Amino acid sequence: MSQESDLYFEYSTNEKIAMEVAAAAANCGVRSMCVMKHVGVNVAADALMTLAYVGVKGGMVIVSADDPFMFSSQNEQDNRFYAKMSGLPMVEPSSVEEAKELVSYAFELSEKLNEPVLFRTTTRINHSTGIVTLGKIRERVTQGDFVKDPLNLVTVPAVARKLHVKLLEKYDKAQELAETSEYNFITGKGKWGIICNGVSYNYVRDAINDLNIEDKVKVLRMGFSHPLPAQRIKSFLKACEKVLMIEEGEPYMEEAVKAFAQEEGLTLEIKGKAKDLFSRLYEYDPGQVRKCIAKYFGFKYTPTEVVDTADVPPVPQRPPTLCAGCSHRATYYEIRKAAEGMQTIFPTDIGCYTLGLLPPLSTADFLLCMGSSVGTSGGFSKVTDKKVVAFIGDSTFFHAGIPGLVNAVYNNHNFTLVVLDNGTTAMTGHQPHPGVDMTQLKLEGYGRVSIEAVVKAIGVQYVTVIKPYKVKKSIEAIKEALNFQGVSVIISEEPCALYAKALKLPQRKPFRISEKCKDHRDCINHLACPAFYIWDEKVNIDPNLCTGCALCAQICPENAILPVKATA
Amino acid sequence: METKRLVVVAVGGQGNLLASSVLGEAALLSGIPLHMSEIHGMAQRGGVVESALVFGDASSTIISDGEADILVGFEPAETLRAINKCNASTVVITNLAPLMPFTVNIGQGVYPDLKNLQELIRNKAAKLIAFNAADLAKEAGNVLAVNMVLLGALIQTGVLPLSEEDVKKAMKRKTKQQFLQSNLKAFDLGYSAAAETA
Repeated sequence: MSQESDLYFEYSTNEKIAMEVAAAAANCGVRSMCVMKHVGVNVAADALMTLAYVGVKGGMVIVSADDPFMFSSQNEQDNRFYAKMSGLPMVEPSSVEEAKELVSYAFELSEKLNEPVLFRTTTRINHSTGIVTLGKIRERVTQGDFVKDPLNLVTVPAVARKLHVKLLEKYDKAQELAETSEYNFITGKGKWGIICNGVSYNYVRDAINDLNIEDKVKVLRMGFSHPLPAQRIKSFLKACEKVLMIEEGEPYMEEAVKAFAQEEGLTLEIKGKAKDLFSRLYEYDPGQVRKCIAKYFGFKYTPTEVVDTADVPPVPQRPPTLCAGCSHRATYYEIRKAAEGMQTIFPTDIGCYTLGLLPPLSTADFLLCMGSSVGTSGGFSKVTDKKVVAFIGDSTFFHAGIPGLVNAVYNNHNFTLVVLDNGTTAMTGHQPHPGVDMTQLKLEGYGRVSIEAVVKAIGVQYVTVIKPYKVKKSIEAIKEALNFQGVSVIISEEPCALYAKALKLPQRKPFRISEKCKDHRDCINHLACPAFYIWDEKVNIDPNLCTGCALCAQICPENAILPVKATA
Repeated sequence: METKRLVVVAVGGQGNLLASSVLGEAALLSGIPLHMSEIHGMAQRGGVVESALVFGDASSTIISDGEADILVGFEPAETLRAINKCNASTVVITNLAPLMPFTVNIGQGVYPDLKNLQELIRNKAAKLIAFNAADLAKEAGNVLAVNMVLLGALIQTGVLPLSEEDVKKAMKRKTKQQFLQSNLKAFDLGYSAAAETA
């Protein structure tokens, strides 16, 4: 983005910093946006809650995506509550095209209210493709100015007390705007009502079409959903005999709508989250929404005839796994070898390496959030006698690992932290981080932070760097680090195999199983590398998948795994 | 316009997303409304990629169980895993070249017998078109063109409101120039393979 336009773009070290960078730019009158996943807002929440008090001068939009069903997340928290908690306005698109329209609306809204606007999406919208009509992009302002105004911008208690009053005034103004916003609209007619938001609106539209009930049920779609337009909702309720709330996640709107009904003394039935209707769990789908609408309002409904799967044998699982030639596999194997005979706890962190949880590697025992490997290690090591070995990736180390390590040195905890440094943010698609050599990406003007230097500067007394594809040497180095009393850090350095390929770094030759193989199967059983397969009762290596890391060759008791000959 | 729902399942790296994007482009060229989405959480790490493409008058970008008009599986076990998307009128197309899940390689599961797998699908769906798309991709001169072979078969069924011509035009726009000839050949081989099954 930064290369293709005059917009400034950065990968910030974590979400709190991203929000702070964007907040400062917006306070200089420059439009800014920060983008993160739902749990990222937890990291940024400290900045967010007070930014709501301080407000902005130029438009600021905070985009975050919830992940109902947890396709690739550790929880399915509903970030709409951040709007409620912060008092900030929130918009929610239902489709790709609307998302595009809503971004400029959100910026205008932000500038009208002098507040950042929360732009809440979900995985399903972000992973959708649709046709959008492009408009004109307005002239960009990329330089601003900061005007000193400490009595409104420095949130000491006396200032903050005043700012909270202002926030509530802005809240009222926002609610007025929500009352007339084109993104809160009603379709259809009839005595029954549906109130919905986000992707659910698409399922509602399709269901109404399928059930042919356009003249029986009207729909209030909320796109400007915080503050909720009280008057709009109340008049909608007054025109309904019963109302169904359709929203993925928590009953965020349902609770508010019920409160509005109470204020008006309305006794109509309002339901949403219920055992026989909608769940707080997971993602909704069109069939489920159609069924619930038909059931709640008593429409005739023919359920979809799904094929009978009773006689289908269980299909073997295909869980995501560490890639062929992934350096994490080597490190995990070596840690297990070096820790043989020890009772261990393996706190882990967020990244590809979390996939070490499955056997045979089994190197993940506890996980909360980014950085939790380091913090929880302190707790585990204080209250148990077990050897605590924690794993964190390079990107996650910068994101949230450093304060935990400082804490461990200061409080004299006793554990080994393994930094799995593969030179990129691998899991999410090779985004750079402060430890990355940006010249490899042909990008100039960046600094670079050494993990080893940071760890040493923090005061860790035992620091060792290993090259995980050198198995014997690594195991010895790990053993020493594990025996150290206090905080020890092992940095395991080897580029991500996929990243190395993408960068066109020199590739190694693939390996093959030679006739010396006596079928011990240590390779397959201890490493579970996806380049291996069994054919005709024999172990084989797929040369198209093998990256030549030689890990298997070093652990084969018969030395039967050899490089593929150039001529072969 | 009548709504047609297509589910495409594949293993990460098989080119499901490119095939879906070609179909998207073809729909745009033919003026057919299309809503689509894909889930590829950790697909690059060997997981499953599932795309949902809804053609015609609908708003949803997701397809519920039993509601696919056509299911295309790039890998036989994945086709079987997605059978819950089908009803008795669904047309199923599957590649017959397996990609062993590593769980099978390390003895944590048994790969379904291919004959039995086809029998099961044939008994449940309206029609099964099954062939080795990997062999045809090889024949076309590009082992990675399994996705284009299956695209050919998909268009041959006529279930989707897309013409062969528009899909080929979309291929020209969306696939790499250096692979275009082999991709077009792969498409044709898939088209013929499906025609023979009929």
